[in-house]
Amino acid sequence: MIGYLIRRLAMTIPTILLVAAAVFVLVRLIPGDPVSLLLGEDADPAQVIELRASLGLEEPIPVQFGYWLAKVAGGDFGVSIASDRPVLPLILQRFQVSASIVIGAVGLAVLVAVPAGLIAGWKQNRGVDFAIVTVATLLLSIPSFWLGLLMLLVFGIKLGWLPVVGYVTFGDDFWRALGYIVLPVATLTMIEIGVLTRMARASAIEVMRLEYVTHARAKGLAEWQVLARHVLPNAFAPTWTLVGLILGNLLGGIAVIETVFTLPGLGRLLVDSIYARDYPVVQGCLLFTAVIYVLVNLIVDLCYPLFDPRVSAE
Amino acid sequence: MRFRLNAVVGAVLIGLVLAAALMAQVWTPFDPMKLDLRARMQPPSAVHWLGTDEFGRDVASRLIAGAGTSFEISLLTVAFAMTVGAVLGVIAGFLRGWVDRVLMMLNDALLAFPGMLLALGLMVVVGASKYAIVVALGLAYAPTMVRVVRGTVLSIREREYVEASRMIGNGEGYTMARHVLPNCIAPIAVLATSMFGWVLLSESALSFLGLGVPPPAPTWGNMLAASRPHMDTAVWLSIAPGLCIALTLLGINLLGDGLRDRLDPRMAVA
Repeated sequence: MIGYLIRRLAMTIPTILLVAAAVFVLVRLIPGDPVSLLLGEDADPAQVIELRASLGLEEPIPVQFGYWLAKVAGGDFGVSIASDRPVLPLILQRFQVSASIVIGAVGLAVLVAVPAGLIAGWKQNRGVDFAIVTVATLLLSIPSFWLGLLMLLVFGIKLGWLPVVGYVTFGDDFWRALGYIVLPVATLTMIEIGVLTRMARASAIEVMRLEYVTHARAKGLAEWQVLARHVLPNAFAPTWTLVGLILGNLLGGIAVIETVFTLPGLGRLLVDSIYARDYPVVQGCLLFTAVIYVLVNLIVDLCYPLFDPRVSAE
Repeated sequence: MRFRLNAVVGAVLIGLVLAAALMAQVWTPFDPMKLDLRARMQPPSAVHWLGTDEFGRDVASRLIAGAGTSFEISLLTVAFAMTVGAVLGVIAGFLRGWVDRVLMMLNDALLAFPGMLLALGLMVVVGASKYAIVVALGLAYAPTMVRVVRGTVLSIREREYVEASRMIGNGEGYTMARHVLPNCIAPIAVLATSMFGWVLLSESALSFLGLGVPPPAPTWGNMLAASRPHMDTAVWLSIAPGLCIALTLLGINLLGDGLRDRLDPRMAVA
């Protein structure tokens, strides 16, 4: 168990280094010279030379990467060109908005999808299964930004129940904040229910065929006990891995939902910075989101032995 | 039986969109780019089947033209990711050793990013145009293909027929092309089908964010984005493009399920 945890933790360090290297290379591949971007096209040549030196652009690329990595590891993500503010606090502030939507949506989706998938797998190829699979496949096929627009249209504009534009933080006014966050969370929840239900069903079917389920039935356990005690825990493990991937992928693509609901989240920050050519912020957002993705998957894997003890025994 | 029916429904949906995409190359009811300021914001009617937008352009024509754009981008992207993925996956999995280690290290670095995030980052580098999107999305999705192909090759390289091919003196390159690659077709086809759906969705999302195909060229994503300010007065503008994306994705998902059950019995759910 301890060995598994240490091995898994150790694997994370090279991954994060690779991710950082990828972001570093990506941002340096952007056409255009960062110095002329900062100073304007017709800057004083002496000033250009000075800035190039102070930014370390005269050093070899691997050395530049080393300097940059050391700064980033210390929490210095640079300064935004557009707003002249440090990048990391900006990202953290926007991240709160995105994280609350993503975590809320995935949490709710798991609560619905796991029982639904279990029931569908249990009643495989019957009416209930067909209904659940059909609904899940439909949900899976709806683009989140379209569902979001429809929700906004129905609950925001036609019925007028919920606000259409705006955001307040939970700290400022809990109930109003809840009003702004209901629709985006509901939208993402519905779509993720589609993916997770299909996964939960597939693993339930796989587990249901195994001998220990037959054994559990044979020793006279009630059907609900077989499902709750033997099928559910084992069928949940693959779904749990998917939860980690979904959390990260949602965060990576959160910009579309934040655009629909005009929320000041991390995705919107990234897209706005791409428009504004604010590359320090673009770089910060890419790195931050990718590292969060790696860490989420790490946490998911570290929790995995709780659901499937065989993993740590490997 | 049920799953065969699903595959048929999926094939019909994709067939319809494909037909629209092909038709867009030669004919649309109206010119999808032509402005008609006297006919702005008209609800669906006998003349304009799905109404007109804020510039008086015919929505149905724009949807058909958008199908052409989306299909072209998605097909090219999947072809790109498939080629890169198959070549690198076969080389890494078959040759093993340091080639495999280096390729997989680079591949894992890209896989450590959520697909859409990587695509957004790459868009900054390649700029916003039709073929830039193909490159950005292709590079974002190729690592998944590399992984799957390599995994398949790892089991194939131990088979007798690969051994036999070596024994009769075939070079490694010939063996890879003639014996290893053809036996990876099933998983590649299954993944390519799902990938087509992911790419279509990502392309729509990029267009929706204003980072995809630049307007005025119609795509389903940028039509949806343009409809956002007029949602309360012109509902049809928001409904039609989204429905097109959703039905296409549904078709892909149904077709993908069918294909998977057929080609890869291990992954079959039912």
